[in-house]
Formats: sequence, C-alpha cells, structure tokens
Amino acid sequence: MPLFDRKDKSRYASFTRRSLGLTGGMAAVFAVLGGRLYQLQISNGDQYKTKAEDNRVNQRLIAPPRGRILDRFGVELANNRRNYRVLLVSEQATEGVAAALDAIGKVIVLSDAQKKRVARDIAENKKFVPVPVAENLSWEEFARINMHLPYLSGVQPDVGETRDYPYGAELAHILGYVAAVSVDDKKDNEDPLLDLPGFRIGKRGIEKAYDAQVRGTAGASRVEVNAYGRVIRELSRDSGTPGQDVWLTIDRELQAFTDQRLGTESAACCVLDAQTGDVLALSSTPGYDPNLFNVGVTPDQWKAMTTDDHKPLVNKVLSGAYPPGSTFKPAMALAAVQNGLADLKVVCTGAITIGNHEFHCYQRGGHGGVDLHRGIQVSCDVFFYEVARRLGIDKMEAAARAMGLGSAAGIEIPGENSGFIPGAAWKEARYGVPWQMGETLVTGIGQGYVLTTPLQLATLAARIASGRAVTPRIVHAVGGVAQPRPLPDPLPFSDDAFAAVRSGMNAVCNEPGGTAHRWRIEEPGMEMAGKTGTAQVRVITKQERATGVKGNMSLPWKMRDHGLFIAFAPVLQPRYALACIVEHGAFGHPQVQMAHDILLFAQTRNPLAMRTAYPTSAALSSPPAPLGGQG
Amino acid sequence: MTTRPYAAARRTLSISDKLFEVNWGLVLLITIIACVGFAMLYSVAGGSFSPWASPQILRFMAGFAVLVVVACIDIRIWMSLAYPAYALSLLLLIAVVIAGHVGLGAQRWITLGPLGLQPSELMKISLVLALARFLHGLSIEDISKPLNLGIALAMIGVPAVFVVLQPNLGTTLIILADGASMLFLAGLSWWWIAPALVSVAVAVPTAWQFVLHDYQKRRVLTFLNPESDALGAGWNITQAKIAIGSGGVTGKGFLEGTQSKLNFLPEKQTDFIITNFGEEFGFVGCIALLILFAVVIGYGIQIANSARSQFGRLLAMGVTLNFFFYIMINASMVMGLIPVVGIPMPLISYGGSAMLTVMFGFGLLMSVHVHRQVEIPRQGGII
Repeated sequence: MPLFDRKDKSRYASFTRRSLGLTGGMAAVFAVLGGRLYQLQISNGDQYKTKAEDNRVNQRLIAPPRGRILDRFGVELANNRRNYRVLLVSEQATEGVAAALDAIGKVIVLSDAQKKRVARDIAENKKFVPVPVAENLSWEEFARINMHLPYLSGVQPDVGETRDYPYGAELAHILGYVAAVSVDDKKDNEDPLLDLPGFRIGKRGIEKAYDAQVRGTAGASRVEVNAYGRVIRELSRDSGTPGQDVWLTIDRELQAFTDQRLGTESAACCVLDAQTGDVLALSSTPGYDPNLFNVGVTPDQWKAMTTDDHKPLVNKVLSGAYPPGSTFKPAMALAAVQNGLADLKVVCTGAITIGNHEFHCYQRGGHGGVDLHRGIQVSCDVFFYEVARRLGIDKMEAAARAMGLGSAAGIEIPGENSGFIPGAAWKEARYGVPWQMGETLVTGIGQGYVLTTPLQLATLAARIASGRAVTPRIVHAVGGVAQPRPLPDPLPFSDDAFAAVRSGMNAVCNEPGGTAHRWRIEEPGMEMAGKTGTAQVRVITKQERATGVKGNMSLPWKMRDHGLFIAFAPVLQPRYALACIVEHGAFGHPQVQMAHDILLFAQTRNPLAMRTAYPTSAALSSPPAPLGGQG
Repeated sequence: MTTRPYAAARRTLSISDKLFEVNWGLVLLITIIACVGFAMLYSVAGGSFSPWASPQILRFMAGFAVLVVVACIDIRIWMSLAYPAYALSLLLLIAVVIAGHVGLGAQRWITLGPLGLQPSELMKISLVLALARFLHGLSIEDISKPLNLGIALAMIGVPAVFVVLQPNLGTTLIILADGASMLFLAGLSWWWIAPALVSVAVAVPTAWQFVLHDYQKRRVLTFLNPESDALGAGWNITQAKIAIGSGGVTGKGFLEGTQSKLNFLPEKQTDFIITNFGEEFGFVGCIALLILFAVVIGYGIQIANSARSQFGRLLAMGVTLNFFFYIMINASMVMGLIPVVGIPMPLISYGGSAMLTVMFGFGLLMSVHVHRQVEIPRQGGII
C-alpha cells in the first residue's frame, strides 16, 4: 500500500478549499468588527465622548458664605466662624459605619443621638457623600482626630464655616438662629443647598425672614470622580454668590444696655426712633443663646427652655399680647380732644355707677376734680370712664387703630401678634350679644378685651411723639440696597390733640403728683414724657374689694399685675420712643425705672445723631456709608 | 528524531536549521501585539508597570521561550503526544470541576504550586492537537462515517461538557467552534453539516432553558437591552461602549483614557483591556490592531496550506482559528455585539494561563512551519 494515495490528494484539495472559505468568513468577521468600530468611534463618537465626560465629571455643591447681619454702625451681630468638623464617608469606612463611629468615639466624645443622626444621614445620602459626624470641635479635639487619622478609615477632618452670634442671648430675639434643615423646609424649596449634609437654614427672626438673601446661591466644584464617585481632582470651581449682608437699624450698644437693664425679669422693651420708626433696641428677657441651636440643643437644654415660666423662647416684644392698661389712655385722650371733649371736667369720687354696676378708680378715695391734663397725669380711671362713655366704642376703636393698635405693625421679624381692639360689630358676630356700656368703660382704661404687644405700644408712643403714622422697621439695607422707607403719613388727630396729650404725658413724669414723677429724667434737655400702666391678670372680686385689694407682693408671681410704661424723650423734640413691660412686675414700677435708665442712656449716647451711622431720613436715597466691609 | 515510517521527509533538520526556519516575521508581529498589551496594562494601572505590566512582560518572555522550544520540536513528536496531552487536560478539567478552587463564582482554576492554571485553556490546545491527529488518519469518506464522526464529536463534546459545568460559557463556545471548524476542514460531508446547523438552531433555545446559569442568562438579557439596567448588569457593556466610542477617530492619547483610570471599566486589565486601547488610540489605533491580528491569522492560514502533512495542516489551522475565535469573541463582546462571556483578548489581556497557551499554540504553528516538508502517511502509526 503506498504511503500516499488519491484520497490524500482529494482531502488536501478539500482542505485548501475549505480553509479559503473559512478565511473568507474570518475576513467577514473582521469587516463586521471594523464596521462596528466605525459606528462606535466615528458615527457616535461625539455622543460617547459626552457620556464619558458625564461619567467623569461630577458637580459638587459648595455652600456659599452666609451673609452677615450688622447693626446700624456696621457691628457684626451675626457672622461666620471656622468650624472644625469630622466627616465620614461611608464608602471608605472599610470596617463599616458602626465601627468607624466607635473608633471616632474613642478620640472625641460622641453621644448616642449624634451616632443615630449620622446613621440616618448616611442612609439618606449616596455612599460617597461625606456626612458630618461632629462639628464645632475645639482645636484640641480637631488635632486629636488628625493625629489618629491613620487608624480612622473613611474619616475626613474638615474646616468649614458655621454661623456665629458673638453677642449670644442679647440679640437672640432679633436675629433668631440657624439650624439643620428639616423635611418641612425642603417641601417647597428647590434650592439644592438644602440637601447638602450639615447645611443650616434660618429658623427664626431675621435669619428666617431674610434667609433667601443671606443664604446666597450654591457654588459648584466640577470634580473628576471615579466609578465609585470618589473625587480624584478638581477641574473647575465656582464659589457661588455669597449671601448678602443685612443691615439692621439696631444700635448694638443701646441693645446691650437695654438687655442688661431688663436683667432677669420676664420683660420686654422696644426703643424706636420716634420720627422714623427705626427699631434701635428690641429686647425680650430672658433670652437664649442662639449658638446652641446651630450646634444642636441637647434634650435637657430644650426642656429647660420650654418649661421656664419666664418663657425665654418667646419674643415678648412681638408675640406677647398684654392688656395695655393705662398706657391705652393717651390714645383715648387724643380721641377725646378730636371729638370736642378737650375741656371735659370730671369729679372723681373713687367710682362711678353705670346702670347697676359700679366702676372703680384705682384711687379708692378718688382724685377730686380732674381735667384731661390731670386725668393723664394721675391716670384717673373715672375720667376715662367718662371719656369712654361719651365717645362710644366705635370712635374709641377707630382712634386705637389709627394709633397702630389692633393690627400687626409689620416689622420684618416673623411671629408678630396682631393684638386686639374690640368693637361692637365684633362682639355681635363673636358672641351674638350686643355690646354693653360697661365694656366700653373697661375698654376706655385699656382693660377687658384689649390686647397689645409691646411693639405696638412703642409705636403708639412714637406716633404720639411725632404726630405721624410711624411704623416700626428693623431692616435698613440688604446687600447694600437701602430698603424703601416712605415718609410716615399724617394721623387723623389735630396738632392741638397731640399737644394736649404730650402735655399730659409730660406731667406724668415732670410735674409733682405724676405717676412717674419719682423716676423722671432730671438732666436738662433730656426729660422724658410717659404714661404708666398696670394690667390686671386676675379678676378682683367684690368681697376682695370690700376687705381690701390684696397687695401685689402678697400674691404669687404668676398672679401679680403686669407693669407697663410708654415714653418718649426728649419732651420738646422727641427722638426716642419706648415701650417697656415687666410681666407680673407692677409693684414699684420697675418698668419705669428701666425706661428712665434706657432713655437716659439712649440720649447720652444719642445714636441717631452719630454721623458714622447709615444715613437717616435726611438722605434716604444715598447708600449706607460703611457697607460692604471686609468679606 | 525521525524514524523509518516517516522517512519521506527530505532531510533531517538540525536545531540551528530549525531556528533559521522559524518565521521570525511572524514572531515579530506577535511581539508587537504583546507590546501593545504591555502598554495598555501600564496605562490602566495609571502609568505604572505594577501591578500588571511587569508580570505580563515576564510571562511573555517565558511564553516566547515556550514558542521557540515548541517550534523546534518535530511535529511527529507533537502528534505522538496529542492523545496523552488530551487525556491529561481532560483529567485536570474533571479535577477542577470536582475540587476546583472557587474564583469569581466559577471553578476554573487549579493550583499548581505558585501557578494558577486553567485546564480549560490547556484543553483548547490539546483538543486541536488530538483532533488533528485523529482526523489525520481519516480520508474524506472515513470522516463522514458515523463511528468516526461519533468519536470526533465525543472528543469535542466531553471537554465541552466539563467546561460548561465550571461554568465557563466563553471557553465552551471556543472549544465547540474549534472542533466544528476542524471537522469542517477535514472534509466532513455537507450532508452532516447542514442538519447540524439546523439542530444548533433548535438547541439554542433549549440550552437557554436548561443549561445556562442565571448569571449567564442575565448577561444575555442585559446584552439585548443594556440600557435597561445601566447601573446593574448592563454596566459592563454600557461603560465599555462609552470607552471605545469616546476614543473617536484618533483617541485621547496614551495614558489619557479616563474610563479605565476612573474604574468605570469592569475587569479593565483582563477581558476589557481593549476598551482602554480604543479610548486612547481611537478608530485609527483599533483598525491598525485589527490589521496586525489579521496579518498574524493570514500567516497562520498560509502556514497551514503550505504544510505537507494533513496533521500539520489541521494543527496549524486549528491553532489559527483558536486565536481568531478569541479575538472575535472578545472584540464582539467589548463592542456590544455579543453578550459578555468572559474571554480575554489574546496576547493583550492580563493573565498567565492564556498567555502561555496562546504562545504554546503559536509554537505549534511555528513547528508546523518549520516542519512543513515533513510528510506523514495517513495510515501510518506513531512513534
């Protein structure tokens, strides 16, 4: 048998044929691959380039610096300070988040609440987003973290910015505070900054009202990220628009004095520029440290604040509604003069009887013959009962409203109470019972249904002092732009009416027998005019009146009367108007003593005359002088 | 080395003759392609020889030595070793399925001292060798006889079953493709081929139902609609396409690819290495690389057709086709033409077993070339 035969030849030929066929097939496959490359890289290349760029580049938000809040002289009332903090990136915590937190807990103190919050933040964010674990660390704590860093996986020390209130509680009720963003805050707000872990938002006061302005707009850092979202390098950076500065009308020095003067009482005081309505000081004591809310209030601190019967969280100037008592009488006196009762004379015997009801004067023995001037000076109730009886509730209501009572003054701080001025129509609608004459009399001395806020009372004082419809305002400029300030409208009372009331209020302080004479300002040219008031917080029964009304000091604190005072100074050319109330503090008129000190301080310092302040009514249109400052 | 029955060889070659006969042009091409691989491994490591480029260079050097040594060994010796090699590969394959080391959810590795060995890689070469030997002994008429065909199919089928059990779908496909194309080359009658194609068409849905693993099915499904799960199982395909596509005409430049360096590419140093090449060198680079591959394959076809023995022809063509299938499957996979099946790009992807077996295969191809004049009778026995 030959080694090779025809069969070999035929299969060689077949092999060659078929291998050529396969070669063709392979060539076809290569052609397909080449075509696919053409499709991917040339036809769709640009599209894939964009996708690769999108992959690679990630936008990181940068929180802009929050705008400062300044007083009228440019003193920083709220600014930003360095915030040493520790962030945790859950993706990089190789032994898990719990282990990482335990490790951090060995270096700095971490509460269980903090750990819980971190766990929640991590659950709500992508795993490469750094979540704050602890903030506002001391330099020492921060240094400790940095030293232990090699053993803390996923931990990033970071120096951020946080809000700082250098004057603490003193301005808490004006500025409010910032705190962590809540779910409700995000509801109808699209700002991406709100999703930034650790971001703070204004929750009260100016911080809340002007949050949009002081927040600024988010900056963005375009960073190259890897497939896990980790930042490789920064490509470009837009630091956003810093928040705008808000200039207040407040004078920090006067504010500090006022706040200190109110001391530990549950009290409220508001000092206005009597001509323009600028709020120079607005103090409600006790206050609270707004920095606590930024850092995070502990449950104990929160409990202490909410259970305190002096209500540190309530801004009593705006939100406290009190019966004005006798401080209501000047408004009634204006209405009396306007309605032809300028020469009214009444003999006070200590009480008058209307129908079968007896209405008492606080002076049991009576004041004897009383005219308008003396009625204000000695605060004779019987005189104002008679005024009220003659005016009727409708005219009284109109006068009170004209003087700024019974509706919100419209100050820029949120949370204002509108107070209340009753009327016949209201009573009818509310209770279905007609208005009674007795109610008219009680209203005439600022009792009954009447409620006012200290801010409204300060407005009342300013309106009496200036004779114009001054409205309080506290924000002077935002972002370098002065806020519109229309000239106050005239009031529907004659100059004679104002003159008569101012004269009566002057007598309160500066004529012997006046209810505030003992605490008058004696410095020449600085004398104040005022009106005292006492607001009963309990009903005095007939039996008690028979046996003798109990002295305030013999009652428990909560039952004592509120002491009120409205005033302006100097008498002849009023510049400063004030209202002051000490809750349950009528005895000894501490509120008058406070007003004395505050008005004296205000005039001695005289912030309204200082040239370094922003321009006042003289040059409304020009921008404030030292605005901008250093960033 | 030659013995009597095979004395048809015109002369006996010395070692230096053989080295002279080696097609150094082809070796140079292979080296160039491997260098492309080193550059890519250097690039995906962010411009560093560690951890991938350096070991790969050492492996290539070892592979280079294997190539030269294998090339100098007479093809008749390889013919005589074909069945033992096949048997050994099959044993290792069974061993790895039974007691294999678990890696990537699949049992593919067997540990021999410091080396991780993939018996399925060995099997591809062993199968080509064994089939070449078996088919060498059959005339065209013989091949289409049911018994012979049955034996050949069993030689292909048994390892295929064990590889699919590992489970390693990509390698199974290559084994089946290698085997089928060798039967075709050996002259299998169209009367068999046509019904086989029909039955494959039937078998695919069946395999889908009963054979494929969940993760394999998922790969197929996400392949069909990668955007359906762009961050999940479709991630590989989507990101690979973005990488290649974003290269554009001329690419982003060496070391400038962002997809792999930022870890958007899965298994960037192994199966998806070519996406980095596409990103950095663009369409021009990819076509150039395809041409390099095509020239290597062309050499292989030419060597096969110039060999005087059927064993040599089948062996050379089998090795060449094996190389081609690697390229085809890997390239189609990374370009989103077929599902992701886990096949490396030969000479370029990082990996020891693949590098050594590919170089061993080129050694066999070169041996065929060096011994192209050797004639081996069809009915002849073996040394």
